Amino acid sequence: MNEAVYAVVGIPFLSAILLALIPSYRVTALGNVLASGLTFAAGLSFLTLPPVTETYVILDDLNKFFIILNTLVGFTTSLFSRSYIGHEIATGHLTPLFVRFYHAMFQGMMGAMNLALLANNIGLMWVGLEFATLMTVIMVGIYRTPAALEAAWKYFILGIVGISLAFFGTILVYLTGQGVLGEGEAAMTWSELIKIAPQLDAPLLNIAFIFLLVGYGTKVGLAPLHAWLPDAHAEGPTPISAVLSGLLLNVALFALLRFKMLIAANPNALAPGPILITMGIVSLIFAAFMLYQRQDIKRLFAYSSIEHMGLITFAFGLGGPLLNFAALLHMVMHSLTKSAIFFAVGHVTQAKGTQELSAIRGLSVSNPLLSFALAAGVIAISGLPPFGAFMSEFLILTSTFAREPLLALAVAFGLLVALGALLMRLQDILFGEPTTPNLPVSTASAPIFVHLSLILIAGMFLPPAVVLWFKRAAEMLG
Amino acid sequence: MTNAYDVAHFLAGMMLVCSFTLLYQDRILAVLNTFAVQAIMLSLAVAWQGYVRNAPDLFITAAMAFGLKGIIIPVALNRMVEKLGIKRDVDQVVNVGVAMFLGLGLTSLALLLVLKVTPGAASFTREGLALALAIILLGLLQMILRRNAVTQIVGFMSIENGLILAATGARGMPLVVEVSVAFSVLIALFVFAVFLFRIRERFDSVDVESLDKVRAARAHR
Repeated sequence: MNEAVYAVVGIPFLSAILLALIPSYRVTALGNVLASGLTFAAGLSFLTLPPVTETYVILDDLNKFFIILNTLVGFTTSLFSRSYIGHEIATGHLTPLFVRFYHAMFQGMMGAMNLALLANNIGLMWVGLEFATLMTVIMVGIYRTPAALEAAWKYFILGIVGISLAFFGTILVYLTGQGVLGEGEAAMTWSELIKIAPQLDAPLLNIAFIFLLVGYGTKVGLAPLHAWLPDAHAEGPTPISAVLSGLLLNVALFALLRFKMLIAANPNALAPGPILITMGIVSLIFAAFMLYQRQDIKRLFAYSSIEHMGLITFAFGLGGPLLNFAALLHMVMHSLTKSAIFFAVGHVTQAKGTQELSAIRGLSVSNPLLSFALAAGVIAISGLPPFGAFMSEFLILTSTFAREPLLALAVAFGLLVALGALLMRLQDILFGEPTTPNLPVSTASAPIFVHLSLILIAGMFLPPAVVLWFKRAAEMLG
Repeated sequence: MTNAYDVAHFLAGMMLVCSFTLLYQDRILAVLNTFAVQAIMLSLAVAWQGYVRNAPDLFITAAMAFGLKGIIIPVALNRMVEKLGIKRDVDQVVNVGVAMFLGLGLTSLALLLVLKVTPGAASFTREGLALALAIILLGLLQMILRRNAVTQIVGFMSIENGLILAATGARGMPLVVEVSVAFSVLIALFVFAVFLFRIRERFDSVDVESLDKVRAARAHR
């Protein structure tokens, strides 16, 4: 029963084509929700699927939960997007012409991300990421303002350069594989490569990894390769900020992890750990300090995404079953929390008519429901209890303290700096004299509260089955 | 065999020469023509590999490179340039000497790096790979040095040329990958075209410097 595996890629791509043919944005918005819902159903059915290994697709413990997460957030974002885009059109910020292909591209992006996650062929994985990048580039520029065009152009150039370097790295990995497996498909097939990883030619593999790290690292948003990320988040429509932070960064990191496993399994190759640790800590601390100077609410949370991707990369770099477990958990928590925050932020900016932090005050008086959602989200993302991110950050910190106390100090410092900035900003936003204008918004609260309750439940109690599953994935990562 | 070797080197070398030309050429039309020549050299190089290695699927790759990058993309870009009214425009490279010097440095870096780490691979592959990396790095350099959106994108396309050269140099790369790469290049070009017209619409120019002003205005946000 492998139909579900093809369905999570097939449904989005087919609906992308269908949605491209329908001119009315109301119909396509509904179609988008429907297609994302179907994909999510197909993704959920993975829970019962045994591992699958075929020429082009692979389903193992590692990518299984990434796909379920991807389809879930895709579905909730499509719901949020429907109300967000509807409001933008009603208020005249967007015209129906601008969003003519928006929903088709949304589905194309979801399908491409699922393809990248499922691909057993490292070339196909690259194609998935490249396609998803190109789709998001257009969507970032959808407002067609000078700032949006500048952000999209920068994202386009940097994203394309990164992804080209990653392709060169992919070719080099193929070359090393060819030395052992011979010419043809096998040397590009992930499941074959990992079996013979110890025999791969180490120097070539090292160079390949550097290219892949710089290439996919650009997409993960690791400092100093992060320049595109805050602009793309701030200038694009908020549903896209939510999927960029919640999903695309994860998928890029996932691609990097696959190659990290390959190089870690080779005794003669360089250790990927220290490089990832350094990049992770630099991103974490740099982004934490950048949080203080932000004047734009979406840029604020974009920098927070850099901070968390840094933390996750750091944890994977240090490795070991416990830290891998914590990092995987944190990826899920960050993805759910950050997309919930962006859902709330999207409505906040619509209510206040601006993204300027200084013009958003007294939200607890003017929009109690949104301010509650935003407060819960920010508390969760700062790593405070009782939410899931507290558990994963706590786990990362304690297990780092047990192994490398000095590194743990640096991480704790970064997290505290970020915590201070976020709480300070949150206080500014929630309290004080409510600012005008206070425009009416139709809030899509279901997506926000589904995410918030999921992370709340995860923070209180993780079902043993889920824990076992995370453990198996963590063991795969070594 | 030595003959096969010479032709492959000649074609890859010609592509590298085109990359250097792309670095200093300042007229937009000439940049587009040079790119077309590079793409045709690429298709010949790929076809030659297919011939000496007896790998018929490479002919498909060669035909795609020739049709898409040698003809369709340059023609499309030409039309676009004409529509935008920048056909006679000049995109001055700040300092040709420095650009050439940097290009030489990157080429030697690519050669030293690849030749050093691939002593095991067939020399056919290694040297092809080294030249391909040089072309990729020169494309990157072009994207950095250029200030015009059209010439920047030609830099990107020449990076893709280098990537395809590297991919065919690595023997037996599955065709499905190459087809999807070609497809995504096409999409990328489409995305680029969409943006070019929007940038033009907003800024009355395709000079990226007008974008920089937006960037400077929000440097501290």
